[in-house]
Amino acid sequence: MAFFQVPATKTAPKHNVDPALQPWVEKYRPKTIDDISSQDHTVAVLKKTLTSTNLPHMLFYGPPGTGKTSTILALSRQLFGPDNFKNRVLELNASDERGIAIVREKVKNFARQTPRAQAVASDGKEYPCPPYKIIILDEADSMTQDAQGALRRIMETYARITRFCLVCNYVTRIIEPLASRCSKFRFTPLDSASASARLTMISSAENIGADSSVIDALITTSGGDLRRAITYLQSASRLASSTNPPTLITANDIQEIAGVVPNSVVSSFANTLGIETETDMDTDDRDQTKGFEPIKKKVKDLTMEGYSASQILSQLHDLIVLHPTLTGRQKSQCALILAEADKALCDGADEELWILDVALRINKSLS
Amino acid sequence: MSLWVDQYRPRSLDDLHYHQGLSARLRSLAASGDFPHMLFYGPSGAGKKTRIACTLKELFGPGVEKIKIDQRIFLTPSKRKLEVNLVQSNFHIEITPSETGNYDRIVIQELLKEIAQTQQVDLNAKQRFKVVIINEADSLSRDAQAALRRTMEKYMSNMRIILCANSTSRLIAPIRSRCLLMRVAAPDSDAMGTVLDYVARRVGFDLPPDVAGQIVEDAAGNMRKALLVLEALKMQSPDLSGNLSIAKPDWETYCHKVADLIVQEQTPARVMEVRAKFYELLSHCIPPTVILKTVAERVVERVDEALKADIMHWAAFYEVRMRVGSKKIFHLEAWVVKVMSLYKQFFYGMDLTGFD
Ligand SMILES: Nc1ncnc2c1ncn2[C@@H]1O[C@H](COP(=O)(O)OP(=O)(O)OP(=O)(O)O)[C@@H](O)[C@H]1O
Ligand SMILES: [Mg+2]
Repeated sequence: MAFFQVPATKTAPKHNVDPALQPWVEKYRPKTIDDISSQDHTVAVLKKTLTSTNLPHMLFYGPPGTGKTSTILALSRQLFGPDNFKNRVLELNASDERGIAIVREKVKNFARQTPRAQAVASDGKEYPCPPYKIIILDEADSMTQDAQGALRRIMETYARITRFCLVCNYVTRIIEPLASRCSKFRFTPLDSASASARLTMISSAENIGADSSVIDALITTSGGDLRRAITYLQSASRLASSTNPPTLITANDIQEIAGVVPNSVVSSFANTLGIETETDMDTDDRDQTKGFEPIKKKVKDLTMEGYSASQILSQLHDLIVLHPTLTGRQKSQCALILAEADKALCDGADEELWILDVALRINKSLS
Repeated sequence: MSLWVDQYRPRSLDDLHYHQGLSARLRSLAASGDFPHMLFYGPSGAGKKTRIACTLKELFGPGVEKIKIDQRIFLTPSKRKLEVNLVQSNFHIEITPSETGNYDRIVIQELLKEIAQTQQVDLNAKQRFKVVIINEADSLSRDAQAALRRTMEKYMSNMRIILCANSTSRLIAPIRSRCLLMRVAAPDSDAMGTVLDYVARRVGFDLPPDVAGQIVEDAAGNMRKALLVLEALKMQSPDLSGNLSIAKPDWETYCHKVADLIVQEQTPARVMEVRAKFYELLSHCIPPTVILKTVAERVVERVDEALKADIMHWAAFYEVRMRVGSKKIFHLEAWVVKVMSLYKQFFYGMDLTGFD
C-alpha cells in the first residue's frame, strides 16, 4: 500500500515547509502567553505562575477558537523551554484512546518518572523549569464519566510531581469532583477590540491591506471565534490575490466565505412568513397568496440552495428581534419557536422539516 | 459500461458546468499551496463529490485518478472486527466512517493518525500534504468528531481533511471552526438543462426541450437523479418520443400508498395496517426520515388547508424524537396516530358547525 509507506530510511529527504505556505491559524498561534489576546484575567494569573514556580491544577473552558489550547501550550513552552518540553509535558486529546485503563496507564507511566531539572536550554535562554510535569487533557469534555472518575485518584496520587490542565468547551461535562480540584479559567469569545487588533496585526504582517470594513465583517461573522476569523481572512486573501489583476479584499468576500445568507434572501423569506421587511417596498413581486403552499415552496428553495439551517434561523432571529413594528409579544412568540428549532437541530433533526415548522408557526402566530 | 452519470462526470474544475464562482474559488485555493481543511455541504445530487474530485485533480494532477480500493480491518476494544473500505490514490484517501456505525471513532482515531504521521513519500508530488476525504461527515458520532479536532490542528503540515456533508448543523462547532465552508447549492433548472443537453450531445442524440423540462422538473435539483432518469428514458424509448413517463421509485409509490391509507380511514385497524407497511419500508433500508417526510408531504396534499401546518409540525416533532430515541417505528406510528386524531377532530368540529 503505497499510501502508507514509511520512508525507508530516517534520512530520506523531507519536503521542507515553506512558512509562506503555512495556514495562518498555525503560523500565528501565540508563542508566549503575552501573545494571547483578550483573556486578560487568565493571562495575568498565569504570568504570575511563571515566576512563582507554583502551579495549581487548571481547568480551561470556553467556546472554540478562543485560545485555550494555545494558552496551555504557550505556558508549558515558557516554563520548560524547547528541550524539556517533550519529557515534561504530556498532551492527551480526544484523538487518543482515552478509556479508563489507557488513561491510567499513560498518565501513570508519564507521572512516575521524576523530573530532572535542567537550567540552561540549547537555545541559550533560561527557563524556570519547575520540578513538576504537566499533563494536558485537551478536549476533556469527550472523556467518559468513568475515565474522569479514575482521574481523581491519579491526580491525588501524583499531586507532588504533576499538574493537570483540563481543557474543554463545556465545563458542565466535567464531573464536579474533578472540577473542584482545579482553578477554573473561563475563556470568553474575543471582544471586538482584541480580535480587531490581532487581525490587523496579521493583515499587516501578511501585507494584504485589509481595511476596517473587512475587519468588521470578520468580527461579526466569526462571533468571537478567532480561528474562524483568521481562516476567513486567509481564504479571502488567497481569492483576492489570485484574481487578475489582484484586487483588495472586500467585506462582501468575507460574508460570502463565511456562509452568511444574503440579506435579500432572508428578508424575502421573512416576507413569505408575513413579516413586513424593508425590501417589500421596492419589489413588486410580493405574492399576496400567503399560506401553506407558498411557504412550503420557499422552504424547498432555501433547502436547495443548501444554506445552513442554523445560519438561516439565526439571521431570521436577528431580523425579528430588531424589527421596527412587530410587538414585544409577537417577538417573544417567535423567540420561543426559534429556540425549540435550535434544540431540535442540535439533536440532529431534519433541517427542511424544521425550517418549515418554524416558518409555519411564525406565520400562524403573526396572523 | 458505466452509467452516463459516471462516464460524463466532469473531471477537472474547468469542465464543471455550473457555479462558476465556486469553481474559481476552488482553483485559487488549490493554486495557493496552503490549502485549508474544507467542509463541502449542500443537498444531495448537487455535485459535491464531483467538485471535490476536480479540486483534488487541480491540487495533485492526473495522478489522483489512479485509484485502488482496499479493505482495512480494525479491532474494536471488544475485539470485534470492523471492515472498512478505503478508496485511495498516492495522494489521497477516501473513507465513509459512518459505515461502521458507532465504531466510527476508532476508524478516525487509528486511520487518521496513521496517515498523518507518515510523510508524503513522493517527492515530486505537487503538495506536501495528503488529503483525507470523509464522506457523510454529518453522520459522524460526537466522539468521532471530537477525535478529529486536535488531529486537524496537530498534523496540518502532513494532512488536509475534506468533509462532505448534507448539512452543517450536525457537526460540532469546533469542527466547523477548523474548516473553510463550501456551500454547493443544487443547480437551477437552466443549469440542469445545460448539463442534460451536454450529455445528450456527447452520447450523440438531440434532447427535445420538453423532455428535458420534464426531467428537470422531476429531479428537483438533484443532478444525479436527472442524469439517471435521462439514461433510463433513452433506454425505454430510443427516439424519446411518445408519451414518456418518468417512473417513480418503488419506495416512493409505496409511501404514497401509506399516505392514502391514512387519509381514507382513521381507525386502530388502519394504524395496524400502516404499521406493517412501515416495517416493510424500513426492512428495505429506506431511511426513516425519508419515509416520514415522503408520507407527510403526500398527506398534506390531500387534506384541508387548516390541517396542513399541524401535520407538518408533528412530523418535525416526531422526526427529532426518532433521532434521539432508538425505536424508529414507535415514532412513525405515533405520528400516524396523531395525524388521524387531528383529522377526526377536524371533521367532528366541521360537522358540528354544519348542524348549527
Ligand atoms: N486569545 C487568542 N489570542 C491569539 N490568538 C488566538 C486566540 N484565540 C485563538 N487564537 C487563534 O486561533 C487558533 C486556535 O486557537 P486554539 O487552538 O487555542 O483554540 P481553542 O480555544 O483550543 O479551541 P477549541 O475549543 O476548538 O479546541 C490559534 O492558532 C490562534 O491563531
Ligand atoms: Mg483546542
